Amino acid sequence: MNNKIHPQSAILGFLLFLIIWQLSSVIIDRPILPAPLQVLPMFLMDLPGELGLHLLASAGRVLAAIGLAVITAAPAGLLLGQMPKLDRVFSPLIAITYPIPKIVLLPVIYVLLGITDVSKILLIAMIIFFQILVVVRDEAANLKPELILSVRSLCAGRRALFRYVYLPASIPAVLTALRISIGTAIAVLFIAEQSLTTYGLGYYIVVETYQVLRYPEMFTGILAMGLLGVILYFTVAGIEFRVNRHLFLAS
Amino acid sequence: MIEVVDLTFAYSGHERLFEHFSLDVGQGESWAIIGPSGCGKSTLLYLLAGLKRPSQGRVLIAGETITRPRPRTGLILQDHGLLPWATVSQNARLGLAIRELYGPDGRHAPVDGKLEPKDADRQVETWLNWLGIAELKDKFPSQLSRGQRQRTAIARTLVLKPDLLLMDEPFSALDAPIRVELQTVMAEFHRQSQLTSVTVTHDIEEAVFMGRKVLVLRHGCNRGTEIVDNDLAGRSDERNRPAFYKRCNDLHKLLERRP
Repeated sequence: MNNKIHPQSAILGFLLFLIIWQLSSVIIDRPILPAPLQVLPMFLMDLPGELGLHLLASAGRVLAAIGLAVITAAPAGLLLGQMPKLDRVFSPLIAITYPIPKIVLLPVIYVLLGITDVSKILLIAMIIFFQILVVVRDEAANLKPELILSVRSLCAGRRALFRYVYLPASIPAVLTALRISIGTAIAVLFIAEQSLTTYGLGYYIVVETYQVLRYPEMFTGILAMGLLGVILYFTVAGIEFRVNRHLFLAS
Repeated sequence: MIEVVDLTFAYSGHERLFEHFSLDVGQGESWAIIGPSGCGKSTLLYLLAGLKRPSQGRVLIAGETITRPRPRTGLILQDHGLLPWATVSQNARLGLAIRELYGPDGRHAPVDGKLEPKDADRQVETWLNWLGIAELKDKFPSQLSRGQRQRTAIARTLVLKPDLLLMDEPFSALDAPIRVELQTVMAEFHRQSQLTSVTVTHDIEEAVFMGRKVLVLRHGCNRGTEIVDNDLAGRSDERNRPAFYKRCNDLHKLLERRP
């Protein structure tokens, strides 16, 4: 995220998106791709009602998963980054498990934990967990020993090192990891929400609308899910920009 | 001020760097430690700073055995050790912030060193001014030249009012004119404050300019101490005179001699 996105260009992008959507729906001309002119008013009407509840349920799950992943992965990453011996033991394990698409564990988690919110949140948290773990670990490992030594020479104990070195060094890493994993997290949410739940956009899109051929309503759900992704992405990117101010300045 | 008593030190799996090594540094003296790389000069400084522990023997500073970094010892490293995400004034304030975090507990901060945040700000500003970097206070380290970064590191240390200043190759990474400029700044500071200081360097001229006494270390195991008394230290007026170069040359010969 080297450039801040200006409001004008955001509006321009959105308009372009609508135009392409409108054209596609005219060209394809089938019920599966309704026009934005039909979907958008419906979306705005439904948002304060049922659709809004589905959106809130989905957002809640993603946020809970993000929270869970951050509080477990960030400390673990710091620990591994600062203890090379420990890292040598775990890094082969991480290297093997990191590329496994966590979604394949869905049935296992469902059997072990039941088809509950907890299992859905856990699955998404696992995806974000590995991203954060790896990025924070590398960031912590890259902290120069001289930096730590010189802060220690100012009589910093563990608490001060954490407050003034490890925490500020890992926050940008956490944000970067979040930004790149949000897309996957929402994709997995979509799949996880399709089974045995009553609220959530995945459920709304597949069970309540798609399977009963309510295509325009289905598209309001798709739009809501897209919105969720966009909002999360730009929130994280915005915080990242602010936190990393020192990286974006010309010297 | 500094007493090294019967010190023995080795990195695990390596030859000893020091064996039964002793050293006395008096209050207000300025010392330079010189020697080839790998001779243990930085290690000795870290031992004085309490960042490393002797295998045997003791290091006493102001009469107390050192087992951990000591609040009143200031350390300046070659690599500045500045936080890249903090501004010049935040960096200069770091030591004070750490003291605030712990309170005057005698371990992380001097017992008598309680400081109001407003006074802390003023002190930081004073030192930034003295070092000529006050107008850079909102810049980040990446926006500074090496010399300005080193000045920031010096401000961070001096703002803590140390009673002992340890410097590890403080100016080695700088261009020659800036190096001389900062050496002069620190010599002037020493003249004004009479602060005890130890500078580790591999640069002979720097040793002659910074050290009233020059400790020469050698490759392999250091047992005895070889100390050159140097009355030319801090004398900017002598710097380009033959006597200065002769002293450098003498030191050079001493360093080349095989033990």
